[in-house]
Order: sequence, then structure tokens, then C-alpha cells
Amino acid sequence: MLTESKLEKVLKSGQFAVTSECGPPRSSDAQGIIKKGKMIMNHVDSINITDNQTSVTRLCSLAACVHLKQLGLDPVLQMVVRDRNRIALQSDLLGAASFGINNVLCLSGDHQSFGDSTEAQNVFDLDSMQLVQAVRYMRDEGKFLSGDEIKVPPRFFVGAAANPFADPFKIRVPRLAKKIACGAEFIQTQCIYNIPKFEKWMEGVRERGLHEKIYILAGITPMRSLGMAKYLRKAVPGMDVPEELIERLGGVEKNKQAAEGIKFAIETIQRLKEVEGVAGFHIMAIEWEEKVPEIVEESGLYPRPSLED
Amino acid sequence: MIVGEQKPFEEIWEMIKDHRQLTVFGCNTCVAVCHQGGNKEAEILASLLRMKATQESIELDISDSGIERQCEHEFFDSKQDMLEKSEAVLSLACGIGVQFMAAKYPQTPVYPGLNTTFLGDVPAKGHYVEKCQACGDCVLGVTGGVCPVSRCCKRLFNGPCGGSSDGKCEISKELDCAWQLVVDRLEALGRLDDYEKVAPVKDWSKDRAGGPRSFKLEDF
Repeated sequence: MLTESKLEKVLKSGQFAVTSECGPPRSSDAQGIIKKGKMIMNHVDSINITDNQTSVTRLCSLAACVHLKQLGLDPVLQMVVRDRNRIALQSDLLGAASFGINNVLCLSGDHQSFGDSTEAQNVFDLDSMQLVQAVRYMRDEGKFLSGDEIKVPPRFFVGAAANPFADPFKIRVPRLAKKIACGAEFIQTQCIYNIPKFEKWMEGVRERGLHEKIYILAGITPMRSLGMAKYLRKAVPGMDVPEELIERLGGVEKNKQAAEGIKFAIETIQRLKEVEGVAGFHIMAIEWEEKVPEIVEESGLYPRPSLED
Repeated sequence: MIVGEQKPFEEIWEMIKDHRQLTVFGCNTCVAVCHQGGNKEAEILASLLRMKATQESIELDISDSGIERQCEHEFFDSKQDMLEKSEAVLSLACGIGVQFMAAKYPQTPVYPGLNTTFLGDVPAKGHYVEKCQACGDCVLGVTGGVCPVSRCCKRLFNGPCGGSSDGKCEISKELDCAWQLVVDRLEALGRLDDYEKVAPVKDWSKDRAGGPRSFKLEDF
């Protein structure tokens, strides 16, 4: 193993990995994130902590990761390049490693115009691929981007995101290849609702043998309601919610839409388990974490592997 | 060219209203092309300010004039007298011209009449679009002639991000995704394979980040 990451161990064991995601609170009280962590920790291998997602100011990802680490979890530190330059990013990586954080997910980050600070400056000193390169360089060469030596280099299992549904589609496989070339070791995808399109993307991934070079975790977000489905389709760029799903949710009574959304999520996992190259699932139940255990169990992904032996 | 937009009239009025004499001074190159700060606009703005002064019963003597370029000494020669006699100047140049004027006349208050908005082109009459941020290290040769620094709202060098949708940027359906344009252009040039070349970490010391920039020609 290159790192102490539990996620890396599960993936390398050849079993489906399961990760989830929790958003930190807009507060200095971490109890919310601790509660979410406890709720799902036995059903997942790792939990991502988002980094001021949708550009809304929150308790920082690193501190939230430390709280989860103290529960015995192996969190994934999400890092966006929107708010910090290379000095701050590398500094936070050292800080995270000092707390035994083993996984990092490198992202661009939503533009600040979506969030609570539309008048903020953005940074984008590095882009997400360059951050992947930076983390690998720190780990593998034991150096900062400046070339200076790091006495005890941080050892992260390095991830990136992929959105097969964003445009232009023709570069979505090359873009994955580029992230692999930069050193990404695992991928967590955008929420998958358009399964045929995802499968088409995976076909392109396999044609180039990329699935053998990186672990791809398929992104799953259960729909809570018809309203949520319509909102995601209309308001979130790069989100592909097909008409069939809208009709399916609309076809059941309002108080049964959530159950239908969970059912669709489970069906999606079942179907994608059969897709060669899918190495696991990243279940993002947005402010609905209590449903993660049910989804994991119903999808046949429980119990999670014990790696003690 | 440098593009500017006239400040709101009320903001201009608040800046200058306590003077007894003011010269509104146009700059007849870049900001004249965008119809915001040329000598003609200086004339119009001066008359609007005169009307306002009359309405407010304020005694304010306003004249107007202009030169070709407020950023070079030689163009100032013919207006030297007028500017020296001005109690205050409202410059309709970009931020460069305003500062050049302020440095040239250290005792004279110089106010900006425009907000300098960007470096852009004129794709259609009356339409101005940002195309450059003077980052000091041009990558257009690699990106097929589309600038990721000024045209991608995250200035990604290895884009597009996951928010690119139908050729548009995640922040606005009115805004083209720069990386869609890069990809289209690389494809048109038969160079789509180049998309997979990873752009290295940028040296921002040549940008604003490195402090105010300048260079000198030794022969002059």
C-alpha cells in the first residue's frame, strides 16, 4: 500500500468500495458532523467532507475531518482550489497529514457566485489537476512545488472528480486520462441519473483501458422528491436528470416520492455493479445521511469489509 | 483595447460638487471607441454637470476638452495652459490616464469619470467583451487562441470544469464556456489530441501577483 488509507485498501482488495459525503455545519459547533459520521460510519469505508460546497462558508473541511478521524473514521478531505493559493493548500495538506488524514479529493470548486459571498475574490492559483500533481509530488518526491524538501512528506491517497454529464462530452474520457496522467488514483463521479450516458462514458473509459489505471466510484444521490429532481435538472449545470426519472417520481403520491427516490438509487447501484470498471459507489445523500445505511444494505453492499486480517 | 464605462452620474457629481472650477477631459483613443470617455463624451458630460449645478444653484464653472491619449506626455503639449489653470480635473480616461494626469499635475485634484472595466474587443458595434487579463505569460498558442485566464471564470488551465453545459459557463447561460471554445478550436485545427497535454502550474509572478510590472527599452 502506498498510504494508510482504508479506502485504498478496500479498493485494492478488489471489493466494491463505499464512500459517502457529509457537509460541515455553518457553525463553530461540530456536533452535527459528528452525529452524521456516527450515523453512517459502519456502512461506509470512508466519508468525504465537503469544502465550503456551493461556495457557502462553513466549518472547514480539515477540522471536520479531524472530528471524524477521532471517531475512528478514515475521512476524505475535499479541497477546492477556489479559496486558497499553493502556499495555503500545501500547508493544509501538511496539517491534514499531521492528523492522520489519508485521503484527499482535489476539486476546482463551484464559482463563488453560487454562494454566500458573491463579492469575494477567487484564487485559482492552481487548477484541480495541478493540485492532484502537487499532492503526488509532495508524496512521491517528498518536495514542495517550490522544489524544497519536505522532511516528512504527507502520504495521501489522491482522488479527483469526473462529471461524465458535463459538456463537451467528447473530451470527458480524455479528461479522465488527463487526471490519471496527473496522478489521480481514484475518481468520484457526479450524481448519476442518466445511466445509459454513464455507461457510454464507461465504454470509452474501458476502450482506453483507463479503468485499469484508476478506481472509479459511481456517484449516487437519492432524490427526496419530485421538486428536488426538477430543481437539479433546471438549476445545477452539468447535472443530467432524464425526463423518465421526473415522470417516475411524479407518477407516485407525494408522500411516496422519497421512497421511490431511494428505490431508484438502489436500482442504479445494482445495475452499475455489473458495469466493468466501476470500483465502488459514492453515496451523497445531501442532508439525508440517515438514509445511507438503508441504501447500502439494500444494495447488497453491507457489511463493509473488515481489513483487520 | 482598454474598455471603460462611465461612472453613475450621481457618483461623479458627489466627487466634484465642492469645486468652483472643473475641467472635464476626454481621452480620444480606447475609451472613445466604447463611447464612454472620448472628447465627445467629455463635452456631453460637461453640459450635464452644468445643468445639475444650475438646478442645485451651485456656482461651478465647467469647461471641457480632451486629447488623443492621456497616458503619454507628448499629447498634453497643446492643453498645458488649460490644465494648469484648472482647479480640478474630471478625467474620462481609463485608470492609466487618470494616474498619468495626477502625476503630471501634483497640485491638481484629478477624479475618475470612468470605471476601467477590462481589456476587450468589439465583436459587434456597441458590444465589448473581455479577452485578456495581461497575465504576463501568454498561453494562447497552446489553447487554440482562446484565453482561459480572462474567459474561464475559474481561469482553469486544464478545463473545462464539470459545470460546462451546452457550451455555456456554470455561472451564466449568457456566457460561453471558454473551454468549450478551446476544444472546438483545437478540433478545427486538427489538434484535439493536444487537449491531453497537461498545462503546468502557472508562474503568477508575471501577473499582478508579482507586483506592479514595467519594462524599459535600452535603446531609447
